[in-house]
Amino acid sequence: MSNFFRIFGLLLALLFLPSTLVEGSASSSDVNQESELNVKEFILHHVADAYEWHITRIGTKQITIPLPVIVYSKYTGWHVFLSSRFHENVVYQGFAISKSEKFTGKIVEIEQSGTERRPFDISLTKNALSLIISSSLLILVFMSVAKSYKKQGFYPKGKFVAFTEMFVMNIYEEVIKPCVGKDYKRYAPYLLTLFFFIFINNILGLIPVFPGGANVTGNITITFVLAFITFLIVNITGTKEYWKEILWPDVPVWLKAPIPFMPVIELAGIFMKPFALMIRLFANMLAGHSITLALVSVIFVTAKMGAATHTGMTALSVFFSVFLGFVELLVAYIQAYVFTMLTAVFIGLGRVESHKKAKV
Amino acid sequence: MLIAILLQVTTGVGLGEIGAGMGIGLAAMAAGWGIGKIGSSAMEAIARQPEAASDIRMNMIIAAAFIDAVSLFSIVVCGFIL
Repeated sequence: MSNFFRIFGLLLALLFLPSTLVEGSASSSDVNQESELNVKEFILHHVADAYEWHITRIGTKQITIPLPVIVYSKYTGWHVFLSSRFHENVVYQGFAISKSEKFTGKIVEIEQSGTERRPFDISLTKNALSLIISSSLLILVFMSVAKSYKKQGFYPKGKFVAFTEMFVMNIYEEVIKPCVGKDYKRYAPYLLTLFFFIFINNILGLIPVFPGGANVTGNITITFVLAFITFLIVNITGTKEYWKEILWPDVPVWLKAPIPFMPVIELAGIFMKPFALMIRLFANMLAGHSITLALVSVIFVTAKMGAATHTGMTALSVFFSVFLGFVELLVAYIQAYVFTMLTAVFIGLGRVESHKKAKV
Repeated sequence: MLIAILLQVTTGVGLGEIGAGMGIGLAAMAAGWGIGKIGSSAMEAIARQPEAASDIRMNMIIAAAFIDAVSLFSIVVCGFIL
C-alpha cells in the first residue's frame, strides 16, 4: 500500500515537474523586470475573501469571474453592479476597493471630503459563492442518496450510495452514539450536517481551480457561526443538572460561597469550549492554505538565484507541495471529525443526569 | 562572534518578530511533545487490549484536540505579533 503511494507521488511529481519548470523559467524574467514577489502579501491575498474569483493570469491578462457587488449607502441608496467595473475605473458610483490600512481589500464609499466609509455590504463574495456551491453539492448528493433508499429500501445499492452510507454510518455509530449518550437520535441530524458541511468545504478548498479554492473554513466568521450554533445547542438543551454543576457544583463550600471560584471557572468554560472549536478549525485550515502557497512561491523566490539552485528548489517545492496535498487531505477529514466529535462530547456533557439518583 | 551575528540579525528584524518566531517554535515543540506522549500511551494501551482500540482512539483524539487548541491559540497570537 505504501509502495503504491510512493509510486503515485513520484508519478505526480514527474507529471507536474516539466510544466512548473517551464512556468518558473517563463516568469523568472517577469520577476526580474517587475518588482519582486512579495510572498507575505501574495499569501494574504489568496487566503482572504475577495469580490471577484481570480482564476489565473495569461501574460498580462487577468482571468477572473466577476461577482455581484450589492451595497447600501446612507446617502445614495442601493447599488448593484459587477465587480469587474473596478477594472475599468478605480472609483465606480462613488465606491472603490480600499487600499488603506483599515479596510484593505474591502469596498468603501468615498465621501466628498475624501474619507473612506464602509457601506452596508451584502455583496456575493468569493466565500459566499463557494458556500452556495458546496451547499448545493451537499443537497444534491444527499437528496439523491436518500431517494435511492426510499425507492429501493435497504437492499444492496450502487457504489456511490454505499460509499456515502459508509461515511454516514461511521460518524453515526462511532462518534454520535457513544459521545452524546442516551438521546443521540435528536442530535444526529445537526451533527451529521456539521460533519459533511465542514468536510466538503475543506475538500473544495484543496482544489486550486474554480469550483474550489476559496478558503471557506479558514475564514473565522464561518467557524464562528458554526461554533455559535454549537454553543446555543449545548446550553439551550442542557439539563438542570448541567446548570447546577456550573453554578453550584459539588465542591467544598469555601470554593463557591464567599468568592465564587468554581462557578466563575465553569462559566468561563462555557465560552472557552466553542471558542476553542472556532480557533482550531480556522487556524488549521488557514495554516494549510498558507503553507501550500508558501511552498509554491519558493519557486518564484529562487528564480533569480541561478539555474542550478532554481531547478533544485523547484523540484523540492513540487515534492513538498504534493506531500502537503496528501497531508491536507488527511487534515480535511480529521478537522471535520474533531469538530463533530467535540460538539457531540459537549452536547453529551450538557445532557448529564443527576448522579445521586443513579447511586440508589 | 555569536553575539555579533545575533546583533546584526536583530537590527534588521526587530526583537518582537524574533520573539514571535520563537514563540511559534516553542508552541509547536510543546504540542508535539504532548501529543507524542498521548500517542505513545494510546499505542501501549491498544497493544495491551486490542479489543478496546476504538474507545482508546476516540479518547486519544479528544485529548490531542485539547492540546492542539492551546498550541493553536499561541500560534495565532504569535502570528498577530509577526
